[in-house]
Amino acid sequence: MEKVQQIVGRARAAFRSGRSRPLEFRIQQLKALQKMVQEREKEIMRALKADLNKTGPNAFTQEILGVLGELALTMEKLPSWAAPQHVKKDLLTLRDEAFINYEPLGVVLVIGAWNYPFVLVMQPLIGAIAAGNAVVVKPSEVSENTARLVAELLPQYLDKDLYAVVTGGVPETTELLTQRFDHILYTGNSAVGKIVMAAAAKHLTPVTLELGGKSPCYIDKDCDLAVACRRITWGKYMNCGQTCIAPDYILCDPSIQSKVVENIKATLEEFYGEDVKSSPDYERIVNQRHFKRILGLLEGQKIALGGETDEASCFIAPTILPDVSPESKVMQEEIFGPVLPIVTVKSVEEAIEFINLREKPLALYVFSNNKQLIRRVIAETSSGGMTANDVIMHSVLPELPFGGVGHSGMGAYHGRHSFQTFSHHRACLVKDLRWDVVNRVRYPPGSEEIMQL
Amino acid sequence: NPLAGLVSHLQESWLSGKTRPMEYRVAQLEALGRFLDDKKQQILDATASDLGKAPLETELSEILLCKNKLRETLNNLSRWMKDEKVDRTLAMQLDSAFIRKDPYGVVLIIAPWNYPVQLFLVPLIGAIAAGNCVIVKPSEVSKKTERLMAEALPSYLDEDCFAVVTGGVQETTRLLENKFDYIFFTGIPPVGRIVMTAAATHLTPVTLELGGKNPCYVSDTCDVTNVARRVVWGRFFNAGQTCIAPDYLLCTLEMQEKLIPALQKAINDFYGPNPRESPDFGRIVSDKQFQRVQRLLGSGRVAIGGQTDEAERYIAPTVLVDVQPSDPIMQEEVFGPILPIVIIANVDEAIDFINSRERPLAVYAFSSDDKVVNQVLERTSSGGFCGNDTLMHVTLPSLPFGGIGNSGLGTHHGKFSFDTFSHPRGCLKRWMGRESLNAPRYPPYSQRKFGLVQATSKETHKSDRTLL
Repeated sequence: MEKVQQIVGRARAAFRSGRSRPLEFRIQQLKALQKMVQEREKEIMRALKADLNKTGPNAFTQEILGVLGELALTMEKLPSWAAPQHVKKDLLTLRDEAFINYEPLGVVLVIGAWNYPFVLVMQPLIGAIAAGNAVVVKPSEVSENTARLVAELLPQYLDKDLYAVVTGGVPETTELLTQRFDHILYTGNSAVGKIVMAAAAKHLTPVTLELGGKSPCYIDKDCDLAVACRRITWGKYMNCGQTCIAPDYILCDPSIQSKVVENIKATLEEFYGEDVKSSPDYERIVNQRHFKRILGLLEGQKIALGGETDEASCFIAPTILPDVSPESKVMQEEIFGPVLPIVTVKSVEEAIEFINLREKPLALYVFSNNKQLIRRVIAETSSGGMTANDVIMHSVLPELPFGGVGHSGMGAYHGRHSFQTFSHHRACLVKDLRWDVVNRVRYPPGSEEIMQL
Repeated sequence: NPLAGLVSHLQESWLSGKTRPMEYRVAQLEALGRFLDDKKQQILDATASDLGKAPLETELSEILLCKNKLRETLNNLSRWMKDEKVDRTLAMQLDSAFIRKDPYGVVLIIAPWNYPVQLFLVPLIGAIAAGNCVIVKPSEVSKKTERLMAEALPSYLDEDCFAVVTGGVQETTRLLENKFDYIFFTGIPPVGRIVMTAAATHLTPVTLELGGKNPCYVSDTCDVTNVARRVVWGRFFNAGQTCIAPDYLLCTLEMQEKLIPALQKAINDFYGPNPRESPDFGRIVSDKQFQRVQRLLGSGRVAIGGQTDEAERYIAPTVLVDVQPSDPIMQEEVFGPILPIVIIANVDEAIDFINSRERPLAVYAFSSDDKVVNQVLERTSSGGFCGNDTLMHVTLPSLPFGGIGNSGLGTHHGKFSFDTFSHPRGCLKRWMGRESLNAPRYPPYSQRKFGLVQATSKETHKSDRTLL
């Protein structure tokens, strides 16, 4: 494995050459990525299956479809995104040219995560290329098959010097973080997020941190429980709960708790059949470490549904924990697994207070027929993003910025927000060298008449 | 942690939600306007004492500028606060999708000494407008202004939600131990690093308005008189203590010969034959800064000015020639009334010179030839750029103000201030009906269904090819 310093140095030299700047070049690279995804689809899906036991359809819809959509959108919109934006002028600048020039930042570092290992390196990569940068990609070593594949494939389709892949674990990442980048986008947990930002601070490098947290899901008494639970079941148990914006826990009135459990149970049977373990559509926990961690969260908890596990295959059945106490272990960390605690609250006020006493989450969900209530929950809480009456879906709309706030992260990307994140917005004013008459007002010596003006 | 009590009090106020309603924000902003009117004389006196600022300079760059920002903010606040509706995919046509601008919570603003009123109030205006609670820490170097802000300002604002904290390096270090929801810092890069490192421990987002050496390229084809006037104005405003001042000049030897007399004439026109007697020329803020800037006079050779008076902290408007890239004055931001000239052979050499150094807050290029100005723009990188003038790009509120690389991260001014202090929250409101439309996304995924997903994904509009 070549030294990290050399790889980054080569990317910087390649950036300095200027060849990543012309739009035609960027679009050509994006087209090559598109070709890569289309031609090597089977290998990508094989890697995802090996890493997370994701089936073909799951892998396709969760990862590949999103990447292809982002590529198509970016190639279509890039010319308009990249065009200088002329701005409103004032009296003093009427005769001048005033615009915001969108320029590449330089060399961008993208650190991916293991739960959606393909899309979480590809989507930032697409944005960084579109903005004209050189990019170093560091896929997560936990999803090792996808990491290996990305390292093999990218150099076959993209400019090798401008876009590089660094594989490895903590030592390689630490080494990478000592280098100077012009932007770092990190997806992962808050603890490492702090390390990344501290390393970035040494070089005054701006960062986008896509972290996590406990995304609350409030179910109002006034709502179609069957539909709500269906949607929640889908979002919670997809990828075996290993989704940063999965509904982490439920808040609801005690009177509807058992109905919620019933509805989720019915939906689970519909989705995965009576024997979840044999359903090809149900994934596994990524590794033993996380398996044990999630198991630990079940200690001492009442189980309303599920609870079966199989260590050998890292299988944890879809599980619901009723009447969970806010102080319990399962309420202290992001679950990132197929375990759904229900915390009962007597009112929406209590729910809002509960949410606000905790770290700001990446996503927030509220189910209700009452529009006023929904408006209130949005207005009185803070979260990275949110969806009402569904889960996950706000992250699917490219026009919405995707990112966290507080402990769940900073900055955002997706669609045009990626382009903006990876560009420098340079304020430009070009004046005429003649016509200094207008400027006389501002020059000393100052006098009362001028002050009156 | 001496300020823990204050910070937690503000956090409580934030959680109470009182800073969110528009009426509240407007009331606080209007109070700031009254502060500027009531205390105008005190502001003029304080800045005159701290920096020897001429009344005209203070009126323009501190008071009037803040009043304009206030007016602009009050006029636009309701529009800025509105949810930003976004385009939806075909599948989401009946949903409501928008970006909500949420306040962050408790914001910390650290202000510098060079424009102690403007660089204190302008970020504060943005933070209040965005619905936050704010702690502001003025610079201890501009002592009189610090005292004015700490004593007079709090009574104009809601003391449950806004506070002014004073102190030096030690107090600021303690202050940074607290958790804030946003930190806005204006100052020098080394301290910017310290602030960002402290922010990292709490995952606090930051905007850092730093500095650097802003190059000013003057081509051989230009109106020398006008260039000289614009450069002199930008360089010697506030005795050179401006983050976006042209820091050094790049030109050919021939141009230098023409420029020197033109610069001298402009200085005479602006400040008279003895600038020390001009009420329009400022002073260096402190003894420490005076000594630092005075040392830089040793680089190259004095072509204009060079006189100093330690008692008054006066340094004459000075131009240095025969400056080498390795000279001390070329190693740090000048931040004083000295303009070094570095000779280059042509525009390509100038561009290479600029690009071999840290990216500055501003790049200036003067030429009667548009193509030359554009070349410098296209081939360099900086926070902002101004062709054929100095400083002016930051006076247009529709342009973002900020640095890149060592000169900073993030932007503000105008709507960008409001946006800087707001979290853009992606919101999607769906309805419980039409559940059948969701069917394709649910397991079990039979081959048939999978085929359907692939087929419909190819048929819908290109940009809709996302998860149904």
